[in-house]
Amino acid sequence: MEYILEMKHISKNFPGVKALDDVSLQIVPGEVHALMGENGAGKSTLMKILMGIYTSDSGEILLNGKPYKARNPREAMDNGISMIHQELSPIVDMPVYENIFVGREIRKNGIVDKNAEIEETRRLLEDLGMHVSPNDLLRNLSVAQCQLIEIIKAISINAKVIIMDEPTAAITDKEVDILFSHIKKLAAGGVAIIYISHRMEEIFQISDRITVLRDGTRINTDEAANLNRDKLITMMVGREITDIYPKMEATIGDVVFEAKNISRKGLVKDVSFQLRTGEILGLSGLIGAGRSELLEGIFGVSKLERGEIFIHGKKVNIHSPKDAIKAGLALVTEDRKNSGLNLVGTIASNITMVSIADLSKNSIVNDGKIRKVSDEYIDKMKIKTPSRDQVVGNLSGGNQQKVVIAKWLLSNPEIIFLDEPTRGIDVGAKRDIYLLIGELVKSGKAVIVVSSEIPELMGICDRIMIMAEGNLTGIVERAEFSQEKIMSYASTISV
Amino acid sequence: MEKKEKSFDFKSFLKDQGIIIIFIVLVIVLSAISPNFARPKNLVNILKQTAINGILSMGMMFVIISGGFDLSIGSIVGVCGIISAMLGLGQVPLIVPLVVSILFGCLFGFINGVGIAYGNLPPFIMTLGTMTALRGLALVLSGGQPVTGISEAYMKVASGFVFGGVPYLAVYFVIVVLIAAFVLTKTVFGRRVYACGGSMLTARFSGINVKAIQIAVYTICAACAGFAGFLLTSRTSVGAPTAGESYEMDAITSCVIGGVSMAGGTGRWYGVVIGALLISVIANGLDVMGVSSHWQKIIKGIIIVVAVLADVNSKDKKN
Repeated sequence: MEYILEMKHISKNFPGVKALDDVSLQIVPGEVHALMGENGAGKSTLMKILMGIYTSDSGEILLNGKPYKARNPREAMDNGISMIHQELSPIVDMPVYENIFVGREIRKNGIVDKNAEIEETRRLLEDLGMHVSPNDLLRNLSVAQCQLIEIIKAISINAKVIIMDEPTAAITDKEVDILFSHIKKLAAGGVAIIYISHRMEEIFQISDRITVLRDGTRINTDEAANLNRDKLITMMVGREITDIYPKMEATIGDVVFEAKNISRKGLVKDVSFQLRTGEILGLSGLIGAGRSELLEGIFGVSKLERGEIFIHGKKVNIHSPKDAIKAGLALVTEDRKNSGLNLVGTIASNITMVSIADLSKNSIVNDGKIRKVSDEYIDKMKIKTPSRDQVVGNLSGGNQQKVVIAKWLLSNPEIIFLDEPTRGIDVGAKRDIYLLIGELVKSGKAVIVVSSEIPELMGICDRIMIMAEGNLTGIVERAEFSQEKIMSYASTISV
Repeated sequence: MEKKEKSFDFKSFLKDQGIIIIFIVLVIVLSAISPNFARPKNLVNILKQTAINGILSMGMMFVIISGGFDLSIGSIVGVCGIISAMLGLGQVPLIVPLVVSILFGCLFGFINGVGIAYGNLPPFIMTLGTMTALRGLALVLSGGQPVTGISEAYMKVASGFVFGGVPYLAVYFVIVVLIAAFVLTKTVFGRRVYACGGSMLTARFSGINVKAIQIAVYTICAACAGFAGFLLTSRTSVGAPTAGESYEMDAITSCVIGGVSMAGGTGRWYGVVIGALLISVIANGLDVMGVSSHWQKIIKGIIIVVAVLADVNSKDKKN
């Protein structure tokens, strides 16, 4: 079998962390090869070495049988290898057509040929069925649309190997289908796709072979047909996991939180609901339905046009996150890198960010308490790190998310809003979070979970609210959970 | 979590505190090259020369760590220097020009802060505006002429010595450093300044009043400039409308050399102190060696670039 790409005995160390230990990977032209493993297993690191973002400490790479080494992403792209990153970084104030051609502009007589770029972009957008104009600014597009544009970019480079790192994390099922049809087309044309994702259903839908990494080593590579979900999980985690969505018993008590007529111009339309102690309330809906906007409005991040909030029956006025925190609320945002974490700060400084005043006396911080409390939470939440002074930007996605949650738990809230808490997180860490949510409500707290994964919500929630186009379109009790019902509420079009 | 005992990692200590090493090495080298360098009289000179920039750098440190930038402190030094001179002619106790100078500094800083926090103006633009306007104010107040005739007592403020050797200026510097270091490292406010600089959005979502922090840091920075203006007038015996011109550059340089990231969220107070000392030591060393001031500027520029390059590469975050 002629390999288009061979990574041989790759090792890579970072200070304090052995990211890759003698990992080998072979890719066949025209195959969709899934790369799986828990966060921190080494998948992103391996791909970044391929893209020239990192250099391996040892090992070699062969491309079409010839030695290959990229010193930067540009060289990788020139060699026909392209990557769509897990962490999107489009240039938001540039229009779509410029973004797609950035770094390799179409030239005519030495000057950038804008019209050619716009035409080509239009063609690519239509091919992908996107209702976006080449001149739209990325700032005005949704996360989903930005992701599809990254994919278009990679496709348009005529790459021979395309690495896709969690490409479906923020796009709807319909868009996933479009993406997959394009992946199949590419593969049929001889392009190899290395597909990194945590979503098992998709992996089995799209991949030919699957390689599993764990703790920096390769565990196994096999045909997708020879594997199943349980086998994969066992390989990824190193132990058997029986129930994916653990649901713990908790007594549901009185109404602790009530929102009435919450409205935000154009985003949230007259939403009212109640939340009880011990309850896990799911919030489902398509991207753009207004779920995050609802929570941010309640939390005081954005101004409400109208609406009232009652906690324990008493009206509370929330004009800022500080007010919300004081009232006993917590919000774990969807976008942890930008609004959940201080990436240049340490784990300790991040965990103590909300509660710093409680850890001090007369405005003077008690460093001893800070150290103690940070270590406590690192232990409690099983955050993988050599120390509390580790810079948060260096942690894996799952561990970063745990730091954010730890920050909020430390403030001892009664009501916790979690917006996509398990996005981009591996199976093992996801389960940790479900168990954590279960323990929170068991101890009498109330939780709202926003998620785009309906099976996840159906697994852990007591009730699920569904929003569509800013409206609350339905509430379903656990006994009546069904994917079809929830999807139909989510796609309700307002008259 | 593996509980490692706090073992002293010399290698990474060196990496983090590279600037201290460079400083010590430089002092040794200069002492070896020129015997005049290490003479007490010269060292005292260095301390005196560092004091004013040092005080300004301590203020600038707050602003840069918070993610901001202040171009106006040079002009604030100028305006406050003139106000101090006008009040320092002997009619009122010295405490008056001191306090008034600092209060005006606070006022200007407050204006900067409000413009940036509530007006959403980029710090560069806002402080560029105040820098220009306040330099104009300095000219207006002074009528374009230096304000002369300050009292004997006032002149002593910057020229006296304590314990028969340590200049007053050095004492003021040390006091400002101690206060700044304490506030930055030991108070809730200090932690919030770092948080804002690291990620303003995260700080806001975490319940921190980001606007208040912004106003506070610009006020602190300008208050330091007010104090510096008061001292500069004493040092030069006049309140000159052009005083303090481009002082903001040296303050920013001290911070940058000292390891404060321009992106905000990181930086240590002792780095900034060493940065300020380094600038003076280099200038002084070059003087003692007879290098012309034109060449000194070139060398200073090279040092800034080298210092930041070394810092960026040693951080080794991405590779």
